[in-house]
Amino acid sequence: MTFWTIQTLNGLSFGMLLFLLAAGLSLIFGLMRILNLAHGSYYVLGAYVALSVVQATGSLLLATIAGIAAVTVLGILMERLLLRRLPTEELPQALLTFGLLLIIGDLSLWIWGGTPQTLPRPEALSRSLRLGPLVFPSYRLFVIGVGAVVGVLLWVFQERTRLGAMIRAAIDDAEIARATGIDVSKLSTAVFALGAALAALGGIIGGPLLGVYPGADFEILLLAFVVVIIGGLGSLKGALFGGLVVGLLDNFGKALFPELAMFTIFAPMAIILAVRPTGLFGSP
Amino acid sequence: MTRPIAVVASTLVLVVLPFALTSYQLGLLTKMLIFAIFAMSLNLILGYAGLPSLGHAAYFGMGAYTVGLLALRVRDNFWLDFFAGLVMATITAALFGLLALRAKGSYLLMITLALAQVLWGIAFGWRWLTGGDDGLPGVPRPGAGLPFSLAEGVRFYYFVLVLFALAVAVLAVIVRSPFGQALVGIRESERRMEVLGYNTWRYKYVAFVLAGLFAGLSGNLFVYYNGFVSPAYLSIVFSATALIMVILGGAGTLLGPALGAAVIVLAENTISAQTERWVTVLGVIYVAVTLFAPGGLIGLARARQRAA
Repeated sequence: MTFWTIQTLNGLSFGMLLFLLAAGLSLIFGLMRILNLAHGSYYVLGAYVALSVVQATGSLLLATIAGIAAVTVLGILMERLLLRRLPTEELPQALLTFGLLLIIGDLSLWIWGGTPQTLPRPEALSRSLRLGPLVFPSYRLFVIGVGAVVGVLLWVFQERTRLGAMIRAAIDDAEIARATGIDVSKLSTAVFALGAALAALGGIIGGPLLGVYPGADFEILLLAFVVVIIGGLGSLKGALFGGLVVGLLDNFGKALFPELAMFTIFAPMAIILAVRPTGLFGSP
Repeated sequence: MTRPIAVVASTLVLVVLPFALTSYQLGLLTKMLIFAIFAMSLNLILGYAGLPSLGHAAYFGMGAYTVGLLALRVRDNFWLDFFAGLVMATITAALFGLLALRAKGSYLLMITLALAQVLWGIAFGWRWLTGGDDGLPGVPRPGAGLPFSLAEGVRFYYFVLVLFALAVAVLAVIVRSPFGQALVGIRESERRMEVLGYNTWRYKYVAFVLAGLFAGLSGNLFVYYNGFVSPAYLSIVFSATALIMVILGGAGTLLGPALGAAVIVLAENTISAQTERWVTVLGVIYVAVTLFAPGGLIGLARARQRAA
């Protein structure tokens, strides 16, 4: 019983982290048709910056703000200075963002070293919650809560605000949106910044659970890809659903069949692909 | 210089070079030729058919692991191992192609990546078979089953050179054939080719499988060359390396990707001897090529010729 609750909780919390990444990846793709391979770098860089700030100041709140701010600025610069210059073809975009993934990963290795490091968790969340015979690690519940709040906020933002409506319009048809006076160029930068910020948030709240180390950028990127392949690019619903599915599969796969862990993720992906090449909620 | 003269001249240079190079330099040249086959194999689908893949390492690694495992654990026989390596790489491409070619563009990139990642996962996780992260060390050079050993550097170089020449010749015939022309047509406008009555899926699929076969060939040669293969040769980084080799040289040209492979191998060798930050330099190459030389070195040279 405890095994199943704990593993489910682990899976759901990891799934929420994946959702934070996949939501940004998905929005960026939906609006700009850019497959951002550097998205895993945002996750890792957010955690590293937060780690340095918390070591210098001792404040987790300050660290979180600094980590998100630094990565958001990086995302804006990438979009404005580099991606904007490329034609809207998938290969140049993939190569450029892969180059940035390499550069950021290598420079992080240089700055923060090769040893895996863990972000501290807030005092208040370091204990476990007891509910009768069941014990819940409270930090995992916190991560699930953050993911749920972000999910609701994103949904309200997209469905209920003017800016969100503009983004939806631009995702549907950028040309028509432009013709009605929507500044798609500014919108693109804003969405890129939002995606980067979400990934950094994921890295920072995931830092105490998963740690941060060279290669984490690739690992999380690949899982985020599986999420958007399953859920479909450009769909928030798909990112949430895919994130939770992959989080649970990854956790139970590793716990039950350690040697076949990759299969438990990739086998369902292959089946979904065979049935729906654009994912469960995606449009071509 | 006309084309036939250029071909004869470069062949002569490659044949004579072993006498002018140190054994270390000859090893580097051998590696360039092996990676050139790898880049040219990707170019068949990327450059000619317009199908990008972020998982081309799958077929290279499949060839390398098959040869390595058979030689180490089953039977060290050149003909058996080499043939099995090619067959396994081709079968892998035939299976992956069925899934991947249902998608286009960014989805194709992600799906090829995810499929290659499955093999990476097996190589990494299934320790008793594949050695996991430690890989397969101690794979011998071809010799068993042959009239003479190919272990020695110059002999192995000529062995690789012959297969490289064969690969170039076969690929040249393929891309100039009606089949190759149809691939270019699909790259330019798949819909138009469909309207003209081509079964475009079948063309893309055959190209995909052929690309897997040639990638397998380069993987076979590499495991003999290196004596070792690890999951790194199935990873996204290695697949992306193939992409940048093709683009750096010039996608859709026969020998551009070979040039790109040679430049990357040479750059890695010289730069990583100078600095620990080779990966950063490689990243800068990716960014610079996409921004400033999307047509690759061949594209730059042609633009220069036109300007002159």
